[in-house]
Amino acid sequence: MAFESVFLQAFIYLAAALVAVVAGKRLGLGAVLGYLIIGAAIGPWGLGLIGGESEQITHFAEFGVVVMLFLVGLEMRPTELWRMRRQIFGLGGMQVVLCSLGLAAAAVAFGCHWKPALAMGLILAMSSTAIVLQSLAEKNLLRTEAGQNSFAVLLFQDLAVIPIIAALPLLATGGAREAAAHASHDWMEGWPAWGRGLVTLGAVVLVVIIARLATRPLFRAIAKTRQREAFTAASLILIIGIALLMTKVGLSAALGTFVAGVVLANSEYRHELESDLEPFKGLLLGLFFLGVGVGIDFGHIGRFPGTVLGLAAGLIVVKAVLIYGLARLHRSPRESSFVFAAALAGGGEFAFVLIGLAISSGVFNETQAKTLTAGVAISMAATPLLILASHRLTARAMKKPVSDRESDLHDEGAPVIICGFGRFGHIVGRLLRTQGVHSTVLDNDPDQVDTLRAIGMPVFFGDAGRPDMLLTAGAARAKILVITLKDPAITLNIIETARKYFPHLQIFVRAYSRAEAYELLDAGEQRIYRDTLDSSLTMGTDVLRELGMPAYTAYRAAKLYRRRDEVFLRKMAKHRHQDDDAFLSAAREVQKTLDKVMREEPGHGIGDEGWSPPLADPNKETP
Amino acid sequence: MPPEAMGKVLVIFAHPAFHRSRTNRVLVEAARSAEGVTVHDLYETYPDFLIDARAEQRLLEEHDAVVLQHPFFWYSSPALVKEWLDLVLQYGWAYGEKGDALRGKVMAQAITAGGPEDAYQREGTNHFSVRELLSPFEQTARLCGMAYAEAFTVHAANHIGDPDRTAAGERYVEWLTAIRDGSASLWLPGPG
Repeated sequence: MAFESVFLQAFIYLAAALVAVVAGKRLGLGAVLGYLIIGAAIGPWGLGLIGGESEQITHFAEFGVVVMLFLVGLEMRPTELWRMRRQIFGLGGMQVVLCSLGLAAAAVAFGCHWKPALAMGLILAMSSTAIVLQSLAEKNLLRTEAGQNSFAVLLFQDLAVIPIIAALPLLATGGAREAAAHASHDWMEGWPAWGRGLVTLGAVVLVVIIARLATRPLFRAIAKTRQREAFTAASLILIIGIALLMTKVGLSAALGTFVAGVVLANSEYRHELESDLEPFKGLLLGLFFLGVGVGIDFGHIGRFPGTVLGLAAGLIVVKAVLIYGLARLHRSPRESSFVFAAALAGGGEFAFVLIGLAISSGVFNETQAKTLTAGVAISMAATPLLILASHRLTARAMKKPVSDRESDLHDEGAPVIICGFGRFGHIVGRLLRTQGVHSTVLDNDPDQVDTLRAIGMPVFFGDAGRPDMLLTAGAARAKILVITLKDPAITLNIIETARKYFPHLQIFVRAYSRAEAYELLDAGEQRIYRDTLDSSLTMGTDVLRELGMPAYTAYRAAKLYRRRDEVFLRKMAKHRHQDDDAFLSAAREVQKTLDKVMREEPGHGIGDEGWSPPLADPNKETP
Repeated sequence: MPPEAMGKVLVIFAHPAFHRSRTNRVLVEAARSAEGVTVHDLYETYPDFLIDARAEQRLLEEHDAVVLQHPFFWYSSPALVKEWLDLVLQYGWAYGEKGDALRGKVMAQAITAGGPEDAYQREGTNHFSVRELLSPFEQTARLCGMAYAEAFTVHAANHIGDPDRTAAGERYVEWLTAIRDGSASLWLPGPG
């Protein structure tokens, strides 16, 4: 029975998640909003498919946030984090202090006692890491100034939760103070402050040590087994272990795994970890958002619509105004301040934890807590919408998309733009450079960029996967766009953007594989360069030479093969949309023809009609 | 690739479809066996036509005579020989001011022709004599201050039998030896 009900639950949640993503994307609202709405729809106040267990599910789904922070950490190198220190502590600290006080003042104005008002301020100052980061990522805004600022502030909020948890019981007005101590079921209770501090610090140091020293030999050993699931298990163990450790010492699990991620950012296993954890993150976060949707108490909202909606609206307005002002004070441009404020204006999941704690500490009563919870939930649900709206508004106001502070890219007026400066693109760029042809190079790997710059290559940091980077890179003036990225989806995306906005650009594109070449042909591209085609042919040529074939004969064989294969590739691209049988038989036919053409002369192995001596009588018409 | 440059005669060999040419194979083998002769295969060394002019010049400097051995494609040489001439015989090295690197050396050609000997005359199918058709090469030698020896020709090269081919090889060695020893008959004497 229990077994069946677990599966039923899983079925409902997964189906809901699927519908949410598809519908959210279709309607242009983004997946996060889709999840929240569907969550509310299947919850006890909607279709009632899901009931009281949503809290458990939410707890489980919170693990999604932890995994997400780990992945965010992986993307962030320590140097980058260090560069953001002023944003994190300056902007983050100011945000928490300012918003707490502002919101508390507003509550006092509505007749609240200052103590619960301050508690409310602290609780509502938090924003939703999961919703904000995911929504920004969906809109490709993470790398923008607004995105980076939001990230810095969210990171600081994660840190700030710890002292807030400590401070909440002090704000109780009732007599239930002793409940507060038990509420956090803290095993270090009664320890001196320095002891707690030491343990906490020790835990963080332990995480760094584990991540830096222990993971390498461990992952190497596991990688050697070539069992993918072993690696996945190890990744999950690492995350869960760190999450447990952090929770034990009273730190945010998400923060702990974030630190671990940062430490592992330069590790050679980074990409493996990313690709292993990415699906978990997506699914768990989806569950988390669904859970938030399910948890919205429409009954309570129905009873106190004015209070709850007023609270949500007031919360968003007060925070948005304060954060906007703060960003302008930090000399952020108007547009990015606007997006930044919209992103952080809502409440966050920490509020639920803190409200629970506040009840047990006697800060709020049940009704107040329910109103707060509902208000926070509504404001969270509004966050993706706010981000969407602010992005649309600013995108229209600005001729070009939000500027990217991370990128030091600027329009050099070069005739060539190269997207991707990895093992393929850098050869193109260097060849051009030896011929005095300037190219603007985009690469999103800061290490690669640093190295190349150190040796004098004019490479710019910028996510070449972002179409708006093209404009910044000077696509309006360039003649040629070279795309040498590995990811076919990003490549197609850039092609689409370039065709739409910069139709004058001649596109030269690298195809990673034959399959990708078909896709590019389908997309109408002609100048396609298959990744290793030429070096494979060079190797084949050398093998033929080693076997005794004359060098020039082998050279021509490879060139002829290449030319014919290009023809066949284009032929096959047309057959690709037929059914499987037709495709396979066409492929067989093409293969046969290729073999025949290349081997038409028995005994010599290559069909090259060049310089064939005349077979007829030599006496006439022969030079 | 050139072995140690002991030889005095440098055979620049060029055939784009060497595996099809039985006659040239015999001739190359014969040349390799001859003393004082270096055989340098252009299509083997530069399958991509990217000639290293300086290396070629050095090779020429180390030899006293150069023989261009190739099939007589369309009354001339295969493309790579022309490329070789264009790139290697530089102004200031082979001709022009201070261009005397080849001065006093001997140039000659060893060709395999599809047509029979009697085709190369006024009344024949090809209307011109072999020497007339080779005149651009002769003039090249003249400009570089070189002597130009009488060409070595194998006629009807696609159609002769193996015995004739072997004979041609022996004749080739004799001819190369004569070039090496300075006893070959010249079409154009050197510049005094």
